[in-house]
Amino acid sequence: MATTRLRELASTIRSKNAGVDHITFDVIFRERANFERVRDSGVLAEAKIPGLFNLDPKRITHYCVFEPANAIKFTIRRLKPSGSPGERDVFGSQQYAPLFDVQVP
Amino acid sequence: MPSVKILCPTGHLSFTPLEKGSFLLGCEQKPDFIIADAGSCDMGPRPLGADQHVSMEAWQRQDLEIMLLKSRELGVPMIVGSASDTGTDRGVDQFVGLIADIARQHKLKPFKLAAIYAEIPVADLKRRQAGGTVIYGLDGRADADPLVLDRTTRAVAVMNAEPIRAALRAGADVVIAGRSSDCALFAAPLLEAGLSPAVSYYAGKLMECASFCAEPFMGKESILGRIEGEEVYVTAMHPGQRCTPASIASHAMYERTNPYREYVAGGYVDMSQCVYTQVDPKTTRATGATFVADPSIKVKLEGAGLVGHRRLAVVGIRDPQTISLIDKAIDWAKGKLAERFGPVGQGYDVFYHLYGRNAVMEELDPAPDLKPHELGIVVEAIDKDPARAQEICALAARNLFYARLPEVKGTAGTAALMSDEILIGEPGYEWTLNHVIEVKSAMELFRIRHLVVEGGAAKEAA
Repeated sequence: MATTRLRELASTIRSKNAGVDHITFDVIFRERANFERVRDSGVLAEAKIPGLFNLDPKRITHYCVFEPANAIKFTIRRLKPSGSPGERDVFGSQQYAPLFDVQVP
Repeated sequence: MPSVKILCPTGHLSFTPLEKGSFLLGCEQKPDFIIADAGSCDMGPRPLGADQHVSMEAWQRQDLEIMLLKSRELGVPMIVGSASDTGTDRGVDQFVGLIADIARQHKLKPFKLAAIYAEIPVADLKRRQAGGTVIYGLDGRADADPLVLDRTTRAVAVMNAEPIRAALRAGADVVIAGRSSDCALFAAPLLEAGLSPAVSYYAGKLMECASFCAEPFMGKESILGRIEGEEVYVTAMHPGQRCTPASIASHAMYERTNPYREYVAGGYVDMSQCVYTQVDPKTTRATGATFVADPSIKVKLEGAGLVGHRRLAVVGIRDPQTISLIDKAIDWAKGKLAERFGPVGQGYDVFYHLYGRNAVMEELDPAPDLKPHELGIVVEAIDKDPARAQEICALAARNLFYARLPEVKGTAGTAALMSDEILIGEPGYEWTLNHVIEVKSAMELFRIRHLVVEGGAAKEAA
């Protein structure tokens, strides 16, 4: 079966600070069918997130399928609070790129 | 059934200037209140720690002027929270001064202004802690111990609706509040109008970022909220924007870990049963929030502490061999630092930001480009002593130039220095406090001054 990249199915893929200790990721779909396709495929299941970001699973603090917005949302803990010396993305707003090419069956 | 209309022109006053066109369209709808927040934690800990605003004062003045003139013309209160980015006492005083000066310039009739202060001396927190008060950690942080407070340079308490309600009850025409919960700015007048905590805080949550809750994406445009009973109607004021169930629902999850809950002092709003309905092309109705009360009152604390002085250098690399061996080059440079200053990370720190490889995501990047065409490196050094920070940065950058690498052909320098110059960065701070403290009254940590603005000055009300 042909796969489609997530960027072609989602209308919004973003990351942003959620407070000073977390970065939250939102994948939002305009069409309900696309949302359900991704949700049911499991490619963005909580267990799949660490592999997409080289992430210790313990850093995932929240994971949620947010039905009212046709959205999948997860939040990770920062290694240091936002804006500490050495910071690379003070708003946490450019951490979502690896989600673009997730292959959705 | 009370019905209240609130106009919100911007999600962060003067971070960039607000857009006047949609604001004036909103004013034609005869709002009962004009409300905007002016601060955030988003910019990092330095503004609070150093007590500096990051918004340009010219923009602060412009945004406040646009809001104040319409507020006085319409005869409706204006509420601004988290004054001047930080919500510190400096920020409140600066905004009060700007308001007084704008009033003088436009010869406005005298009006009442309430200034609410939210800064809390670290010594006060230490006294409370010594007296047995627990400062609870948020977001997985440990409870604050005395060392955390020792590391804190400056702290603010985040006010909820109560101090703003008190200001409105006293008849304030303008409220300039220190650090505030964004949604409390909106909840305060709604609660005063007799609306429920659920709908009041919920409306605030939906409206706090102005046009971010509408589509297509635009910042700094006005939105109008009409709150009736348990219903919130949110309308985009920009002719090209609309509020849709999708845009409102997706905003409800913006910048938050849990899209179903909004915590305030005294409880949380449960948004899990909310329903969003399009009622006209630009308006969505949101209903279904409930409020879960907490018998204790916990107020959030934010604190920032100075880590050290920062120095920066910019280095480029084009030699493909050096690029492929950049980790070895950095190891070499760190070795030279260790010879002189001891191990990196002990008493000082150095960060190599590798733009072109993984500077933006670092350890989170699943596929860093290990052989980019060229590599841009920002070297960041931090130390308590500014002269030593300068020396560390110079050694950390220049040793990329002198790195000893196998098979390097360019023996006249292994890096391109943008200029052999160490840039002076702003001091580095860290968020030391992201905590809550239990209090007896939601007013306890805040101070209100009731002023009259007249003749270019803000004076204590008689």
